[in-house]
Amino acid sequence: METSSKVIVIGGSWGGIQASVTILKALPANYSIPIVLVLHRLRNHDGNLQDVFKHKIALKAVEVEEKEMLQPGHVYLAPSNYHVLLEKDHTFSLDDSELENYSRPSIDVTFTSAADVFAHNTIGILLSGASKDGSSGLKYIFEKQGKTIAQDPNEAEIKIMPLAAIESIPGCTVMNLEQIQAFLLSLHDH
Amino acid sequence: MKLENEARFEQDVEELIKEIHTQYGYDFNGYARASVYRRIKRFLSHKHLTSMEALRKELFLDSYFFENFLQEITVNVTEMFRDPSFFLSLRENVLPILSTYPFIKIWDAGCSTGEELFSLAILLKEEGLLERTKIYATDINQKVLKQAKAGIFSAANMPAYTSGYYAAGGRQEFSSYYSSNYGSVKFDSSLVKNVIIYPHNLATDFSFNEFHLILCRNVLIYFNRELQERVFKLFDESMVSLGYLALGKKETLAMSEISSNYNFVDKNNRIYRKIN
Repeated sequence: METSSKVIVIGGSWGGIQASVTILKALPANYSIPIVLVLHRLRNHDGNLQDVFKHKIALKAVEVEEKEMLQPGHVYLAPSNYHVLLEKDHTFSLDDSELENYSRPSIDVTFTSAADVFAHNTIGILLSGASKDGSSGLKYIFEKQGKTIAQDPNEAEIKIMPLAAIESIPGCTVMNLEQIQAFLLSLHDH
Repeated sequence: MKLENEARFEQDVEELIKEIHTQYGYDFNGYARASVYRRIKRFLSHKHLTSMEALRKELFLDSYFFENFLQEITVNVTEMFRDPSFFLSLRENVLPILSTYPFIKIWDAGCSTGEELFSLAILLKEEGLLERTKIYATDINQKVLKQAKAGIFSAANMPAYTSGYYAAGGRQEFSSYYSSNYGSVKFDSSLVKNVIIYPHNLATDFSFNEFHLILCRNVLIYFNRELQERVFKLFDESMVSLGYLALGKKETLAMSEISSNYNFVDKNNRIYRKIN
């Protein structure tokens, strides 16, 4: 099975769906790096996030299944009411333990776990959101020498989330959505 | 805690798992590691322990501390009517069939602190089945088992549990099932008079009875494939013909050898029925 040495983890809450669609629609169907997307959602709500992405992006949007292997060309969506973790063998684990930052799925949990497995090959992106979830996970990625990006707060629908990251990580790169698109395309291995 | 070296930490965890097995008899070898690492780091930070060595010392000196550790490592987060659509489906698709039996046996595997157990008992009562049902509620963790049958939960959770109850097809005044006292509520103990509480470790223990319905929700996500397969076989051996198996919303029989013995009753809510 094809596997990638890198991973892109993206987090967001309020305004995060629209921002992530904007980024992801720029990427080709065979994009070489697997993407994990953690968006805060209503608890016990089955509203199908997959459908939101389905016709808007070329990548395959799927909800995370436990033990599934990370693969290129896919966007993995964190399911409602579970934390998403990554294992050494690049498979997913799910976890229904305590909320973190009032959230499950929590962006911090996935970012931290991704950095434990992929270390400097982790690319973490924090988008618009009305929560501080994600900034300590992004900081952890930074400490593991991964790439950390916060959406430009001036552009974000709600700036609390990217601002929290910028404040806690001095080396965090700030980009608008267009720049994030271009950066991700530059990582694509044809 | 600053972990200088993740690889070293992971090695230490493997050693610890072996030692725990030898000293205390609990086998965590089949547990999915990402969650184990996270739980251990969390526990270290809560207990203000700065190294794995310090944790080892405490664990093997003090069995009470170990109990505490066990409770943290095995996730015991639960709620009443978690996934109300599951309970509604149980009420509409499973209980009517179970009602044709003169006597019903249910296994609630990994019952934790009892929220699921009481949700189930309320459903059985409302469907007129409680009197002829025996529920075996098991967990690896003896400490949570003590709470499971008490039915004492935080009053702060009641608004959420009440809406879960109605979404699960509840028809009564939910507060008629409990009495409130100092920020806690206590559920009617007659709900669990036919419940047998029993320590059982899915990783190492064997089948102990035959059931018409087995519930094991959000337990298998913490296990690796091998251990999941062990548990599926254990459930299959413990299931009457045409019995039901209920898993968590993100758990599946699909990869198991026993899957060909089962059909979906409700795919979305992961309710299966044994067909042969």
